[in-house]
Amino acid sequence: MANLPLLSLLIWLPIFGGLLLLAVGERAPVRPLALVVSILTFLASLLLYTGFDSTTAAMQFEERLSWIAAFNVFYHLGVDGISMPLIILTSFTTVLVVLAGWEVIKERMAQYLAAFLIMEGLMIGVFSALDAVLFYVFWEGMLIPMFLIIGMWGGPRRVYATIKFFLYTFLGSVFMLVALIYMYNKAGGLFGVLDFHQLQLGLTEQVLIFLAFLIAFAVKVPMWPVHTWLPDAHVEAPTGGSVILAAIMLKIGGYGFLRFSLPITPDASMELDWLIILMSLVAVVYISFVALVQEDMKKLIAYSSIAHMGFATLGFFLVFSILRNTGELSGAAMGIQGGMVQMVSHGFISAALFLCVGVLYDRLHSRQIVDYGGVAHRMPVFAGFMVLFAMANAGLPGTSGFVGEFMVILASFKANFWYAFLAATTLILGAAYTLWMVKRVLYGEVTSDKVAKLQDINGREFLVLGSLAVPVLLFGVWPAPLVEVMQVTIENLLAHITVSKL
Amino acid sequence: MPLETAEYLLALPEIWVLGMACLILVLDLFIRDDSRILTYLMVQATLVVAALITLAVQVPEPVLAFGNTFISDGMATVLKLFIYLVTGMGFLYARPYLQDRGLFKGEFYVLGLFAMLGMMIMVSASHFLTIYLGLELLSLCLYAMVAFNRDSGTCSEAAMKYFVLGALASGMLLYGISMLYGATGSLEIAAVASAIAAEEGSSIVLIFALCFIVVGLAFKLGAVPFHMWVPDVYHGAPTPVTLFIGSAPKIAAFAIVMRVLVDGLGGLVADWQGMLVILAVLSLAVGNVIAIAQTNLKRMLAYSTISHVGFLLLGILAGTPDGYAAAMFYIITYALMAVGAFGMIILLSRAGFEADELEDFRGLNARNPWFAFMMLILMFSMAGVPPTVGFYAKLSVLQAVIQVDMVWLALVAVFFSVIGAFYYIRLVKIMYFDSPTDEAALQSNPGLRAVLSVNGLAVLGLGVFCCCISS
Repeated sequence: MANLPLLSLLIWLPIFGGLLLLAVGERAPVRPLALVVSILTFLASLLLYTGFDSTTAAMQFEERLSWIAAFNVFYHLGVDGISMPLIILTSFTTVLVVLAGWEVIKERMAQYLAAFLIMEGLMIGVFSALDAVLFYVFWEGMLIPMFLIIGMWGGPRRVYATIKFFLYTFLGSVFMLVALIYMYNKAGGLFGVLDFHQLQLGLTEQVLIFLAFLIAFAVKVPMWPVHTWLPDAHVEAPTGGSVILAAIMLKIGGYGFLRFSLPITPDASMELDWLIILMSLVAVVYISFVALVQEDMKKLIAYSSIAHMGFATLGFFLVFSILRNTGELSGAAMGIQGGMVQMVSHGFISAALFLCVGVLYDRLHSRQIVDYGGVAHRMPVFAGFMVLFAMANAGLPGTSGFVGEFMVILASFKANFWYAFLAATTLILGAAYTLWMVKRVLYGEVTSDKVAKLQDINGREFLVLGSLAVPVLLFGVWPAPLVEVMQVTIENLLAHITVSKL
Repeated sequence: MPLETAEYLLALPEIWVLGMACLILVLDLFIRDDSRILTYLMVQATLVVAALITLAVQVPEPVLAFGNTFISDGMATVLKLFIYLVTGMGFLYARPYLQDRGLFKGEFYVLGLFAMLGMMIMVSASHFLTIYLGLELLSLCLYAMVAFNRDSGTCSEAAMKYFVLGALASGMLLYGISMLYGATGSLEIAAVASAIAAEEGSSIVLIFALCFIVVGLAFKLGAVPFHMWVPDVYHGAPTPVTLFIGSAPKIAAFAIVMRVLVDGLGGLVADWQGMLVILAVLSLAVGNVIAIAQTNLKRMLAYSTISHVGFLLLGILAGTPDGYAAAMFYIITYALMAVGAFGMIILLSRAGFEADELEDFRGLNARNPWFAFMMLILMFSMAGVPPTVGFYAKLSVLQAVIQVDMVWLALVAVFFSVIGAFYYIRLVKIMYFDSPTDEAALQSNPGLRAVLSVNGLAVLGLGVFCCCISS
């Protein structure tokens, strides 16, 4: 058991499962097969949690094999407190996505499910890769299935959206590739991420590398002003695609900041933290206003995702201003932890909200808020779920949405009052756009005949939404398990980035 | 100078191919049309035996022969093997196409064999005259092959263009070589190299010679601004010929660029590096941008070839062993991808119908998911998206460029590959997101299908396990 290559299993089980689905084709019982594969992967990922040692910041479950000897590239996997929760989030969300597409997707079911399973393997690969080339391979490989998912099963403007998505993210990542190769030469022919962490770099080099990373990760997160692909992609993607995008792919950008930008270029991060903080605060405030005026539910949630991810990036980069302001590190850890909690919690909440919209869309084939009204009269159980997730999105205490935001706001107080002030506006704005949408969709009079004929959610939908409600409430009242696993890793990260590389 | 048996032994692959080409030419006269397949089988057998001979006579250290005009070394062996492979695949893809159109003649294969012989001579040349000899043998065969469908106006037009511009390029190259002879007093590559090394600085004559030679080579490679012939020839030629032109000769062209610029004019690296930078950047820019405007797949692939040549030049201009190795890796992977992509066109074509428009790939996923997937792999590989082999080729070239502190060049290259990604994924979009308009069955030749599948999977498989060839 101790020698089980767990991370490889987590990566390759879904990928081979997906290939198997492609091979057996449409006639076979692909749905149960995909469900079994995704559940097995999820159960295996729980072994990561039970076997995880939260007292050390070292990489765990490591695997290291030579891969491309000519370039010193290794098949090197490992997880720490930052990546482990995200891997579990990935495998958990994929199970829900498989369930959510059960009856809804009519065409080319095998290809649809295969794309999601292959995606899952690649995303887990991104979170666990400790070799820069391996990371890049997973990172870019991920684009292919997502490109196909949006393009094949998406809405009317899917082709525009998916090409925009692909080119935006591709543009972002090629500059990162150049930076990685540059560091490979600097490091004397090593591609290991952990070697890069120890690499001594001058300030100009660091700034350029930081900017290359910033383009890649900012597009992925996405941060204002490179966020414009997200609303298009979300609106056109099928429900499952939106869920994976919001719950996991956006987190990969945030993860990149923690794994690459901060530890590899600490001095450049210190020099340019104002830029990230500025971009994050604009995302929090301005994008929230943009969300307020949306008439399309999916677009509204997409903008809300950008605003919420702004919180995560804000939390990550507060450390330097806290250090400048107070001269000590206490509180800095809370910013990064808050950001991480925010990412995980947003994974649950945004997935849940997109699934809620999916439930409505499957019935009425409209995402426009005006087409609804009074849904709660016909779908009381569904309304209960949707209100819960909306409250969580607005950051109501007792839900997981509150924990992350609260921690980030607390940390930003230590850095600068105005950061905290602007960040805290989200509590008002977030509540405004989410609850206003809920009010217009769920409450009021039943506006149309179509709404009057709505059926409440069935058992499958109840299961999907219910299994998201549990973690939202659990981490809301008891975030300790989540915070504890990342504690040591984040303290280690802080100790690392506050030492100058110059 | 007495010639030794050992020297003939070194050139045995060339001698074998030459002998077989002549023999097949004669034998083919006595074969009736309905058993023409015999010619085809003999040609493929020739390639297999040639590969075995090449492996048998390979030498651990570079050896010169025939009065220093012929060289046998590791690079020559590897490139020859890939030339056989790519040529053999080209012949295989060509057969059903030619049969459907009544073009299944022995001449096609004989010309192909002679062209391949030209490439082999280019790869093993260590003398400027040998290079020229090989190049002309290759070019003359290719001109004839482009015009192979003699009833077609576009083919003849393409052949004419190719011939005129090709002759011009050969003239440039020859002119440059003659000046080089004037400046150094020799045409042996090694002697030229030492003459240049002995000279203090570079003389005007040498620089002139270099310019003409670079222009000639750029013509043959199809680098901007000497690329005008590429789209027209690719478009006009019968698809199997385009496939052939677009793959194996590029490997040979790479070989002569190496022999001439690196081995022969290596002392002038500072001078040709700048020229190649211009050629490379222009090729990347023009190739990728103009490809977007194409609606014909063959023309699109022609412009994509131009952009790949830009990448190839990046590897060479780095001027380091790593760079040369990267360029070699790049050209081999490129040849594999090009063969596959043109093979797909043949697969979709049938008698009286050329599937060379982008529109013809509409909804291929609905018609045949497997081959749509193969094309998807080929396209993503050309765009350089992991985990396909195209990514590692780009990675190694970029690595070589960054190693010599030309980060800006790497940035230009990746920038244009993002632009390039657009037209590759547009084809994926057409295959996967549009609904089919053409429901006809695909070519059913089992050999074609099998090799195309192997081709596509190789592009993916080499991507995952690329350690085996990069060494």
